[in-house]
Amino acid sequence: MALIEFHNVVKKFGGNAVLDGVTFSVEKGEVLCVVGPSGTGKSVTLKHLVRLLTPTSGRVLVDGVDVAECDERSLAAIRRRVGYLFQGGALLAWMTVAENVALPLRECTSLTEEEIDERVKKALESVELASAADKYPAEISGGMQKRAGLARAIVRDSDIVLYDEPTSGLDPVTATTIHRLIIKLNKSLGITSVVVTHDLQSALGFADRILLLKDGRVAACDTPEKFTQSTNRDVVEFLAAMKGTLK
Amino acid sequence: MTVVREPIWDDAPSSRAQGVVRHFLKFLASLGWAARIMTESLAAFPSVAVRRNGRSDLMRQLYVTGIRTLPVMTVVSMFMGMILALQVGLELRRFNQEIYLGAAVMISLIREMGPFSCGMCLAACVGSAIAAELGTMKVNDEIAALEIMSIPPLRFLAAPRVMALVLMAPLLAFYCCVVGAIGGGVVGATQLGVDFEQYMASAMSIAEIKDLYVGLLKATVFGLVIGTVSVSEGLGTTMGATGVGKSTQRSVIVSFLLILIFGYMITRICYR
Repeated sequence: MALIEFHNVVKKFGGNAVLDGVTFSVEKGEVLCVVGPSGTGKSVTLKHLVRLLTPTSGRVLVDGVDVAECDERSLAAIRRRVGYLFQGGALLAWMTVAENVALPLRECTSLTEEEIDERVKKALESVELASAADKYPAEISGGMQKRAGLARAIVRDSDIVLYDEPTSGLDPVTATTIHRLIIKLNKSLGITSVVVTHDLQSALGFADRILLLKDGRVAACDTPEKFTQSTNRDVVEFLAAMKGTLK
Repeated sequence: MTVVREPIWDDAPSSRAQGVVRHFLKFLASLGWAARIMTESLAAFPSVAVRRNGRSDLMRQLYVTGIRTLPVMTVVSMFMGMILALQVGLELRRFNQEIYLGAAVMISLIREMGPFSCGMCLAACVGSAIAAELGTMKVNDEIAALEIMSIPPLRFLAAPRVMALVLMAPLLAFYCCVVGAIGGGVVGATQLGVDFEQYMASAMSIAEIKDLYVGLLKATVFGLVIGTVSVSEGLGTTMGATGVGKSTQRSVIVSFLLILIFGYMITRICYR
């Protein structure tokens, strides 16, 4: 059984179907990159996985549990397994980077302060941000904020991490660093990752499969090799449109 | 309780009648939303003392609510007492009854104007800041991030803020009464020829303990109302920076209106 399953998910906003029968699955330990033009429902897809949005129809399953229908306790159990990296990092402004990373441990576990400090240090080291532990979010760059958000997403040993545009607005060097971190976390910790991105070049480099969303539907879902060689009209059009960004 | 919610309707109404009905139902829904926020925040009060960093969060909110508003409270209540004393004193002088100036000012302050001015200052200074802060957090996905981390936003964010308002409001209302009475005494002594000691004796002779209790009860209710309104407006924010502005504005307007309404209702119940 796949870890994440979307079954014919439809999501309408004001009568407009942003997702129109989306069906796909993600296996444990897999990295799935969701690509597609703006406004095709990539972030909306991600939000369904943690019930920030609920489908108009269809089912979203995480480890066999229907996310939209489950009770609060089951939802909390799913959310404990999931780390979510928001586009802006979503760090709390009045806390330092270390305090932000420690927040889920302080609020939701009975770990001692020493154990928390140790895990925070390890998480910050894994995203190469140990030197900024005592800085406030406003004092660090956008890329560092995203890395801090990533450290917070993985500090609870999440086995699923959802990335919403992890490299948007970042310079190529920082973007490469973030991509390297995603690969590292997947390889070393076996984290299942769903990455919403516009950076097709990088996605082709680290994804196990690439899912193309177009007009709220899954136009293609294949390995990078098959994706680039696909004769599917939507994929060909998308690759042609992205030609300038591919090396 | 999940606070990141989808709108009840996100499509345009098909007719004017449907639009009116939707407005009314949205109003009812917002009342229910505010009631749930109030009860869940009150239920989360014990967690403020229990959870890690809960007490330091509360101390920070007490400082923001109590200490940071003191300069505004002082100026507002001082001038309120001075205006009251001048208006009442001029009328009393027409009947040679200036000796009752202290009593008139004190009874107005302790029963009504002290809690009222305190509530207005808290709504303008603290309630608006809470709505803006939580609204900004909402549009920046920080509230959603808390929910995904299984940290209930009402326990983590709302409870310490509402608790600080409920605790500080009666203390600040009492402070407003004291400062206002002093302001009235200064005007009495300098402009109306009423001896300050005589003014204070008159003031203390009329004040009953019931007046003090009712005044403090009013202030406590105002604190709860301001906290609930500002948290529910902040957490209900949508539409980015514009939405934050609207939520902040609405929190002040609704708080002002509810302060007046609840002030009247408590007076009606306690003084028959």
